[in-house]
Amino acid sequence: MLLDREGVFSWLMMTPPLLFLAALVGYPFLYGILLSLQDRPVAHAGTFVGLKNFMTDLRDPIFWRVTVNTFIYTGAATLLKMVGGLCLAIAMNQNFRMKNLVRALLLLPFIVPTVLSTVAWLWMLDPAFSVVNRLLVAFGWPKPGPSWLGNPTLAMISIIIINTWRGLPFYGITLLAGLQTIPPELYEAATIDGAGGWQRFRFVTLPLLRPIILIVTLFSVIFTFADFQLVYVLTHGGPQNATNLFATYAFDIAMGAGQLGLGASVALAMLPALALLIVALTIYMRRG
Amino acid sequence: MVTGHGRIERIVRLWLPVGFFLVLALFPFYWMAITSIKPNAELYNKSVMPLIVHAPTLKHYVDLLSNTSFLVWTWNTMLVAMVATAISLVLGAMLAYPLARMRFAGAGLIAMTVAAIYLVPQPLLFIPLADVINRLDLGNTLTSVILTYPTMLVPFCAWLLLGYFKTVPKELEEAARIDGASRLQTMRQIFLPLCTPGFISAGIFAFTLSQNEFLYALIFLTKSAVRTVPVGVIAELIRGDVFYWGQLMAGALLGSIPVALIYSFFVEHYVAGLTSGSVKG
Repeated sequence: MLLDREGVFSWLMMTPPLLFLAALVGYPFLYGILLSLQDRPVAHAGTFVGLKNFMTDLRDPIFWRVTVNTFIYTGAATLLKMVGGLCLAIAMNQNFRMKNLVRALLLLPFIVPTVLSTVAWLWMLDPAFSVVNRLLVAFGWPKPGPSWLGNPTLAMISIIIINTWRGLPFYGITLLAGLQTIPPELYEAATIDGAGGWQRFRFVTLPLLRPIILIVTLFSVIFTFADFQLVYVLTHGGPQNATNLFATYAFDIAMGAGQLGLGASVALAMLPALALLIVALTIYMRRG
Repeated sequence: MVTGHGRIERIVRLWLPVGFFLVLALFPFYWMAITSIKPNAELYNKSVMPLIVHAPTLKHYVDLLSNTSFLVWTWNTMLVAMVATAISLVLGAMLAYPLARMRFAGAGLIAMTVAAIYLVPQPLLFIPLADVINRLDLGNTLTSVILTYPTMLVPFCAWLLLGYFKTVPKELEEAARIDGASRLQTMRQIFLPLCTPGFISAGIFAFTLSQNEFLYALIFLTKSAVRTVPVGVIAELIRGDVFYWGQLMAGALLGSIPVALIYSFFVEHYVAGLTSGSVKG
């Protein structure tokens, strides 16, 4: 029977999901490229303008600010998550009672809908009633305490910290799973050979964790680079574009100012970096 | 035997760092919870010690449920998450099964494509998608998000299920084939029932990702009656510069409970899926 041939069966089965993805991912992706080449005010027909939108971006100082912001945000948050996640994994890689409960609780920031936990941070950093500042003042910081979301530098630091807070458990718990696969004999052998704590970490733990660190980091970089919701809720990209990222800026232009073509060009500016990362991770996932 | 020295070392090496991470992870939720039961007189009075509640009240919850459409948003969120998850599990399995079990030309290419689509973040697609949704006249309908959430969830479920499917031994299927069962029968009656844990894992992730989604819901749903919880809370409890902090925190807490509850029931599945190295952070 024809249906029993593996090729026929496979392609018949995969056709519905592949058509779905072609219609709602493939088509919008190509259509986005077309939009970026058009002057396309919302609710009007578009006119083809070639690369004009991209030239506008290149001459736009805010666009460059956004580019720098996105790289700083991604780099700093990823580094913090990596180092913090490694510390968390090492601290959790000991035997103690209620370990599973602690692990479950530590993952909560990663589970809870981002927007909802971010609103809690917005309130914790409120200009008038910030609990963080009230605690700082109680410990002797001069009143009224830092303006976390009002000062450009502090606002960037704040969104980096909150992104780290949300993503760190994912790093930590994944690395913990990696640590638990390292056979204890390796540490014993290293100890017999005279390795100290730091050397055991440097020459046993780190090399064996490298594949997991790499894959988690690629995931984290991709989704931090294209982050939207956290910044939208906390600062809307302000003050004075100090925290505006590609995604929030594209949103402002397309949804706020109604310039779909120009907005699409800003969103597509993410593509070169994202494409590199996605190709790297795809190849890596296929191998692993 | 634990000596005094050993106990101090254990505190420094274990409880100090673990305690630090626990406080860091949980304080925002504690703050959310106590804010939601503080009366306004306490919330906006700087001379009151803020870390505890002096006169707890449920007023913010009553206001939230009676003055806003929070219950409607909750219903919308649940409905969308369940339908989108169901669609994604079915379509995801239809991709994963041939990739896991069959040999055919193009399998490698399809696997790469699915993995790549899985990694495409929403901000790359939201502007053209908004236009597509408009042209289909689906703005302000739950259909708009039910259709678009699976664009992230199908590749994700396919990838997670693919990993699980490969761990299931082939012998039972081969036996069924020898007994004369067709490929479809073998898949539905022999193979899929064996994969229930994989479906639970993928389903939980898809469900929590749906609950977490914000960008598409923000753009496609602008009327209160069709909003989901994250968008409703942000759009309707923050009006200009006026914040209703008590209600906001009550809404954030109530909105987090379904996810937290499901997570607590299936935490082992969740961690297993997370650590299989195929979940986005």
